[in-house]
Amino acid sequence: MKNVKIKIDNIEVIVPENTTILEAAKKVNINIPHLCYHPDQQVKANCRLCVVEVACSKKLTAACSFYVFEGMEVHTNTRKVRDMQKGILELILANHDQNCLKCLRNGNCELQALCQRFNISKTNLEEAVDALPLDNTNPSLVRDSAKCVKCNRCVEVCQKVQEVHVLTHSHRSVHYNIAPAYEAPLEETFCVFCGQCSAVCPVGAIVEKDDTAKVWDAIYDPGMHVIVQVAPAVRVALGDAFNLPNGTIVTGKMVAALRRLGFDRIFDTNFTADLTIMEEGTELIRRVMNGGTLPMITSCSPGWINFIEGRYDHLLDHLSTCKSPQQMFGALSKSYYAEKMGLDPKKIFTVSVMPCTAKKYEAQRPEMVTNGVREVDAVLTTRELARMIQSAGIDFVGLEEDQFDNPFGIGTGAGAIFGATGGVMEAALRTVYEIMTGKGLPSLDFTEVRGLQGIKEAAVKINDLEIKIAVAHGLGNAKVLLKQIERGESPYTFIEVMACPGGCIGGGGQPIPSTMQVKGQRLASIYRIDQDLPLRKSHKNPDVAKLYEEYLGEPLGHKSHELLHTHYRSRGMKYNFSELMKSAGGK
Amino acid sequence: MSKTVSFITENFDKYDPSSIESYLSIGGFTAVKKALSMSSAEIIEIAKKSSVKGRGGAAYDTGRKWAQAAAVPGNDKVVICNADEGEPCTFKDRNILSKDPFRLLEGMIIAGYTVGAKNGYIYLREEYRHLRPLIKNAIQQSLEKNFLGENILGSGFTFHIHLYSGAGAYVCGEGSTLIESIEGRSGRPRIKPPFIKERGLFQLPTLVNNVETLAIATAVIQNGVEEYLKYGTPECPGTKIISLAGNVKCPGAYEIPFGLTLREIIYDIGGGTPDGHELKLFQLGGASGKIGSPALIDTPYTYEDLRKVNLGIGSGGILVVDDRTRVIDFIKSIQDFFIHESCGKCTPCREGNRQIAKIVDRFVQGTPKPDDLETAVRFANIMKNCAFCGLGETAQSALLSAIDHFPEEFGKTNVGGNTEVAAK
Repeated sequence: MKNVKIKIDNIEVIVPENTTILEAAKKVNINIPHLCYHPDQQVKANCRLCVVEVACSKKLTAACSFYVFEGMEVHTNTRKVRDMQKGILELILANHDQNCLKCLRNGNCELQALCQRFNISKTNLEEAVDALPLDNTNPSLVRDSAKCVKCNRCVEVCQKVQEVHVLTHSHRSVHYNIAPAYEAPLEETFCVFCGQCSAVCPVGAIVEKDDTAKVWDAIYDPGMHVIVQVAPAVRVALGDAFNLPNGTIVTGKMVAALRRLGFDRIFDTNFTADLTIMEEGTELIRRVMNGGTLPMITSCSPGWINFIEGRYDHLLDHLSTCKSPQQMFGALSKSYYAEKMGLDPKKIFTVSVMPCTAKKYEAQRPEMVTNGVREVDAVLTTRELARMIQSAGIDFVGLEEDQFDNPFGIGTGAGAIFGATGGVMEAALRTVYEIMTGKGLPSLDFTEVRGLQGIKEAAVKINDLEIKIAVAHGLGNAKVLLKQIERGESPYTFIEVMACPGGCIGGGGQPIPSTMQVKGQRLASIYRIDQDLPLRKSHKNPDVAKLYEEYLGEPLGHKSHELLHTHYRSRGMKYNFSELMKSAGGK
Repeated sequence: MSKTVSFITENFDKYDPSSIESYLSIGGFTAVKKALSMSSAEIIEIAKKSSVKGRGGAAYDTGRKWAQAAAVPGNDKVVICNADEGEPCTFKDRNILSKDPFRLLEGMIIAGYTVGAKNGYIYLREEYRHLRPLIKNAIQQSLEKNFLGENILGSGFTFHIHLYSGAGAYVCGEGSTLIESIEGRSGRPRIKPPFIKERGLFQLPTLVNNVETLAIATAVIQNGVEEYLKYGTPECPGTKIISLAGNVKCPGAYEIPFGLTLREIIYDIGGGTPDGHELKLFQLGGASGKIGSPALIDTPYTYEDLRKVNLGIGSGGILVVDDRTRVIDFIKSIQDFFIHESCGKCTPCREGNRQIAKIVDRFVQGTPKPDDLETAVRFANIMKNCAFCGLGETAQSALLSAIDHFPEEFGKTNVGGNTEVAAK
């Protein structure tokens, strides 16, 4: 690759020739304003905020989409550039709901930051927002088109990364909007509620449905025993919301904060992750031995479940019947735990803190009920937990470390790595190998299934059996493996699928920004947690063993089956086009 | 009417456009035969010599465009004929398509041969759907006679032509948007680079030419470039088909030599304004074109002379407006057009049009706010400088030029050279 020498604001810089002006400017510490640009996405150049002057060009040039050439001279800070950029910002604002104080993204909004930077105080434009109705009737996400800046980041992640193809653009000109086809509410589409759209939205146009009030109500209810479980990926991301370096491990502070918030018991989802491995591992061994449907595919990612139930419902037999760790915990909290504590399951309020917006949807599925009560009563995303901690006035960074409570407080390294793409696979292999061979593994680290490559595969020899496995994260990648199965060409025995790129550490409910770079740091922390734990194999979790002994019997036993396993159904969503057309109205 | 000429339009009404036999009887396809006996470089040389500029509106030198297209490496290229004649007050291409479709096909075959393309696409404006049977018939008959298809006339050159229409959007006249539309997506422009000459339709190197440009190419090859250069002025030789309409007695598409004055066009050819009304303004080049005032009526119709008075030929539309229409009402009609036709993709065009429309409405109602004019000019300039594509860049040409020529209509008075916004 050739290098070219250019000048930006009279500063000389040498960059490879396929560099954009925007990227080149970063190298000399110039941050050209932008809204539609996202480091993990394709260049869109539709917000036009990054316009700069290039010598010899009469018009302004979009810095995000224009590549450098030898001898180029760029000016990013002339009166003309600043006036134009400010004007574009005023245009966006004039059609943007400016109720910033009541917005979930207040303080973490790219548009707000730009307005501050440009010192936007008054505009001559008439501010009247032309928007579609609020879409807030699903359990996971809220879409508010009055805040949408039409950057198309959500469209890209929905169509190109997740290949869910729900969000798209409708109409043109002033009626141009980002919405599902026929402007249907999300629950009437094939939306999987992964929330990746909310993670890339620069503003508050797509956010998680806020359930913090529900949790506060339970905490303040003296008749309620309120318990909380925390997913493995939360502890390496929560710190981001408190300005700690990305990926800081904050497990102890997080437990301390939860205790201060007033939860009666604080438990670790890593425990039920270990339990999942016991059930799922045993299920895999049985399918292999008894000629069951293979490849078996993991079932702990609810966005993934929504996807296969929606688009590939003819392949549901491939799914493991295991509930997700969240729901296993929920089921045990309203059965085993209730009995152990002598509590009425109706008086237990189970909260989970998840990196995930689809978990909110999963918790509300009709079959997720144990002893006549909902297994999980409320699901908070990592972002919501951060807001609760902030609103309680807790100085998170200064907290002393605390520890999870018993009996669901011990999680092994195998449970911890559930938060990373490839983690469930690695955890399962550690256990399946040892159960089937009766021997210890030579090395616990299956590095082939780690990292951010979209589809990863490996082969493991267990006794005389060679097992081929694959790991996919991001639904677009999962689709590739599903198509292979459809064609009868899948060479795999076991497949792990996580809906979100990077796995749960990149979940739709994680602190923003959640770029690939940030995800890399979270991944590294997850593996550090695993490395540092004394127990790294699920079947060695003493409390899991005790649970089987005291209550469940054996993996896939009667009690397990009742509490820890589930079934799937086709989402059977039949579009009624004429109805949708009518409700969308003719524009 | 003697001021009009007949070079590009020489075949109009001379043959039955539904019959290739009829076309052959007047010497049809001699241009293709001639071209196939020449080298690509020779044809490019002729195109350069003709100094024909693109007739869609951008006025890019055709010889240069063909030379660049031929130079792009690749053995599977595409020629697109842009027949999405969407500019209001522009209907010259419709005349070519309906009266001389074979000449257009010849132009595409010659362009394809010159740049090394295997396929040609005609992107026909959806509103011209009534012309589809005629064009399809011309393609079919040309195939049967081997002027199209495999190994054309034994030359070794293979070329196919396909006919496409979109769903009817003005923005699809923009080259990359047109390509998006052919590929089956909604009509929104693409980011450049990559430029469509390198990666256009189906990611193949693509040449996009307007209908009239391709028709001229045929005429020039057939009659010789010297014949074409006899028309016009030394600086701006050749002929142009104009679409003259609005408040004139004889509207229509006319072929004229470059260099006639606007007065000759509007009065001698168009018969002037009807019923004794005074000329108020004219707009050149469609809705995206600039407005001129009667003071400029003696400007010769050439690229160079018009540029000097800040006007342009654009698509060749000439819309005449007499004193029955207020300037601001005219501007409103243009603004309404762009509010309808903006694709909505980029902020300046979507939001700029939204805001300027509100201001224009206040002027129409006679209730502008004190700073409305200043605001409109500011945001019109933002659109002009920052919009994603040509649509947004030119959507406010009419408004900005109207303010220049008719400041009093916007409550603006000139005092000692300083422009001042009159307080309302």
